[in-house]
Amino acid sequence: MRAVITVIGRDMVGILAKVSGTCADSNANVIEVSQSVLQEFFAMVMLIDISDMNCDIDELRKRLEDNVDQMTIHVMHEDIFNSMHKI
Amino acid sequence: MINMHDILETIKMIQDENLDIRTITMGISLLDCADPDIDASCEKVYEKIYSSAKDLVPVGESIEKKYGIPIVNKRISVTPISMLVGASKGDPVKYAKTLDRAAKDVGVNFIGGYSALVHKGFSPGDLALIESIPEALACTEYVCSSVNVGSTKAGINMDAVRMMGSVIKKSAELTCDRQCIGPAKLVVFCNAPEDNPFMAGAFHGAGEPDKVINVGVSGPGVVRSAISKMSDSDDLNMVADVIKKTAFKITRMGQLVGSEASQALGVPFGIIDLSLAPTPAIGDSVAYILEEIGLEQCGSYGTTAALAMLNDAVKKGGVMASGNVGGLSGAFIPVSEDAGMIAAAESGALSLEKLEAMTAVCSVGLDMIVIPGDTAEAVISGIIADEAAIGMVNSKTTAVRVIPAIGKGPGEELDFGGLLGKGPVMSVNEKSPDKMIQRGGRIPAPMQSLKN
Repeated sequence: MRAVITVIGRDMVGILAKVSGTCADSNANVIEVSQSVLQEFFAMVMLIDISDMNCDIDELRKRLEDNVDQMTIHVMHEDIFNSMHKI
Repeated sequence: MINMHDILETIKMIQDENLDIRTITMGISLLDCADPDIDASCEKVYEKIYSSAKDLVPVGESIEKKYGIPIVNKRISVTPISMLVGASKGDPVKYAKTLDRAAKDVGVNFIGGYSALVHKGFSPGDLALIESIPEALACTEYVCSSVNVGSTKAGINMDAVRMMGSVIKKSAELTCDRQCIGPAKLVVFCNAPEDNPFMAGAFHGAGEPDKVINVGVSGPGVVRSAISKMSDSDDLNMVADVIKKTAFKITRMGQLVGSEASQALGVPFGIIDLSLAPTPAIGDSVAYILEEIGLEQCGSYGTTAALAMLNDAVKKGGVMASGNVGGLSGAFIPVSEDAGMIAAAESGALSLEKLEAMTAVCSVGLDMIVIPGDTAEAVISGIIADEAAIGMVNSKTTAVRVIPAIGKGPGEELDFGGLLGKGPVMSVNEKSPDKMIQRGGRIPAPMQSLKN
């Protein structure tokens, strides 16, 4: 089972470190990271394996929000993207 | 990995464009709750609903969290209560109160099925139920009611049409201290679908399984936004294509949520209803889609054509995305629930007559329209008869949900709050159809009914 984390907001130091640190604490394995910075706008998409995660998706989102300030964070099961964008 | 652009597109749809699952509706058959003793029957009804749907809200919420997609409503539809009244006799309002209690206890926000199907005539249970509707809607909070007065196969029961004019008026009078909310929970149908997940017209048809999960998707804001990114020189073929692609994505999401809910609840997955359902939220409006296509304001000439194209493109995109499509499946045009429709009605661009024309090319009908409180019962019946005729002849569902604003006239408004929104009082043609309505009887089924 895999999920997608997206982090969107103003670029600052340490976002990737905080997000991947929280994933490690939650026992979620990071599979792939893609990020882009356009002027000051930061967007990161991270694919994680949640098979052995020690919490549920919503709890991970809460932990990320606590650890990464002022960013818009979504954590969603990958199936929603697969069903919407793949035939 | 999934394309980053696709991921951000989905996030934007949910965050900025009001994409959501409008409703997961559990249909529950109450036929096994029939009992000659009405109190025993009510007890069985409560038990069946509670035991079937107690996990509906928690399951819905866990799916919301898993996929990060809002599921706005969790609802229940039940077997038309007139069938139970026919078996038990007694005061039908007892059933309404039972439904209300069950809905409250399982945490859903509406329960539909205080209904009667009388397109060809009345059984004693039907008559008792219809007469009780105003009181039932006044003394309950969650119960929704519907009456099917016509069908392409059977014609239009004009006695029922006459009765419903009076029921709507009385229902508004009994709730005049609460913004006349009664008739906002009452739909008069022609060709009512048996698997509709949307309120207020949802009921669980006799041909349905014991329990079923039906899903209603939404997304007018997403469609509008997709069209807004197009160039003014793109032709209507291209616009229809963009609508199709967007509808496909929205529906696939509904399919995913529906199968997940069905699996978690152990209840078969019925259908996805492809309707574009607006909400009063800014941007989540069907009228704004029509304006984005190129109308100065919804209600102008061209509105019916634009709506016909929108409705058709939504179906074409949605059909491929889902295994089973059903319910109403078309664009809704409820005036009070759509910011663009409200603005168009207030500015005078959108009249009741234009809305009637629009209902010929989309689902569902004259929906959530506030009319003057002194509108005669026969005029309301006339409105119902006209809508039913459009549905009957075109083999489609049509419906009327009008709310007489008791003590108010054009220029004033009713504010229901929440998803039901607020609506300006729209003027109606007051010339009386009373003589025709009083004739009663049945308008025979049209030639279209003879397909065999």
